[in-house]
Amino acid sequence: MSADELNPPESAVGHIDEENALHERTGLAWVGGSVLDLLGAGKQLYSVFVKTLYYSARGVPQPGAVARQMYEVGNKSLVFLCVVMGFIGMILVFQAGLQAKRVVPDLSLLGATFLELLVRDLAASISALMLATRVGAGIAAEIGSMVVTEQVDALRMCAADPIDYLIVPRFKASIVMTTMLVIVAAGVAYLTGMWTGYAFFDINPRTFVNMSLVDKGDLTIGLSKCVAYGAAIPVVSGYCGLSTFGGSEGVGWATTRAVVNSSLAVIILNFFISGAGYLIFG
Amino acid sequence: MSTPRALQPFATIGGAFLATSEVVGGMGVMFGRIVSRLVRLSFDRSELLRNLYKMGVKSLPIVVVTALFTGGIMVIQAAPLVERYGAHGLLGWGAGFGTLREIGPLLTALMISGRVGANNTAELGTMVVTEQIDALRALAIDPIGFLIVPRFIGIVTTLFLSTVFADALALFGAAYAGRGILGVEPMVFFNGLTSGLLGLGDVFHGLIKSVVFGMVIALASCQFGIATSGGAPGVGRAVNSTVVVSAAGIFVLDYIVSFAIG
Repeated sequence: MSADELNPPESAVGHIDEENALHERTGLAWVGGSVLDLLGAGKQLYSVFVKTLYYSARGVPQPGAVARQMYEVGNKSLVFLCVVMGFIGMILVFQAGLQAKRVVPDLSLLGATFLELLVRDLAASISALMLATRVGAGIAAEIGSMVVTEQVDALRMCAADPIDYLIVPRFKASIVMTTMLVIVAAGVAYLTGMWTGYAFFDINPRTFVNMSLVDKGDLTIGLSKCVAYGAAIPVVSGYCGLSTFGGSEGVGWATTRAVVNSSLAVIILNFFISGAGYLIFG
Repeated sequence: MSTPRALQPFATIGGAFLATSEVVGGMGVMFGRIVSRLVRLSFDRSELLRNLYKMGVKSLPIVVVTALFTGGIMVIQAAPLVERYGAHGLLGWGAGFGTLREIGPLLTALMISGRVGANNTAELGTMVVTEQIDALRALAIDPIGFLIVPRFIGIVTTLFLSTVFADALALFGAAYAGRGILGVEPMVFFNGLTSGLLGLGDVFHGLIKSVVFGMVIALASCQFGIATSGGAPGVGRAVNSTVVVSAAGIFVLDYIVSFAIG
């Protein structure tokens, strides 16, 4: 560590030169190196996930920790999520109505179709993207700061596995609260969508509230998405937080990685769950 | 400063209002300063090139993955509707208007906000915490012209170009997902796309949005980065606020822009 202090980085304004290490690899070496890095990260992520599951069942019980995290994940995201989903509901109905009018003059099924899409995909996926930014960044920043200030090492010294102590409460809280938040968010988006339909396209709210297109399959897909996203976000961002290194710069990097990777995880999970749902329920 | 218990809710609401005003005002002042440097062209060009490379070229893999999966998801979501009405020829139109007008710009903006915006805040925040900004001032170098304006241009350009790229890739992904899932040939898909129901207006609708989103992301990330305080945890908090404010700003402006340009 003294070598770093003796030879400070050359750039005058402290650019984070992550690419310097990569620049030395060119061509095939770059491809191979990237693939190896990706596989290594995937393996570690998998091990964090398995450990989280293991400690969820057999970890040391911490009274109050899950409730505290539920407050942190759920209550504190509620306003943010409601604002975003409210706007999403208005935008989607506005755009869809505008387009649908070009093809079919009759907009009476707009509400039913909107509700089906909301239940099957949009409510869960867009809320999860928002939670990936808010909750994911929060988890990574918190755990990353703990790593940098050596609190995680202190935990290890006390024979408490940081995954058991830090990630498991967030994991449990996130699964429950993501599902709750998505249900609220879907309601908010539907209400604002109904208002937009009424204000811009003269769709009577009685016509708009039409649940005939929502079936068991849609509900199952939507709820399994909630659980999958709720599980993925804390595991991915917890992993990013725990792999922090290098001072305040490192905390920033970890937070960035957490946001990007949990958003990517949400999009990729969405693709596979939607595909599987389509194959199963048609 | 102890607030009586009965007034607590009002104090909370007022506090939240003041905090929001501070953020919006800070971003406004920052924008004014950026514009004044842009008009006089007093910003650092090599820093601009470095940022364009770091933000634009380095974000390419994420944009590619996001766009391809997004295209696939659009088709999977449209599949039951298409089968219900037997409207295979309209698949291109449906996926096209959703992607070009909303989902393409929106998801690209969210991913760029996570990758570039957060990163930018982390970098600026680190500079503030390690007193490098003060060092710049001591050397009579304008931090806005040297650090902020190149980042602002970098983020707006990156997001605009990424959106163009993501639109194209998402439609490509959608076309092949359509063949895999619904058996709609890519040619039929592209016919639906170009048959007159969609125009250049829809493409520009999305691209105008992407410029607006880029400005929000740039302003939020620079503002929170420069206003960082309190060491390593402070940098984490700043990054957290950036992504939250960027995401909320993106959705609110999406609504406003959608109405404004129809």
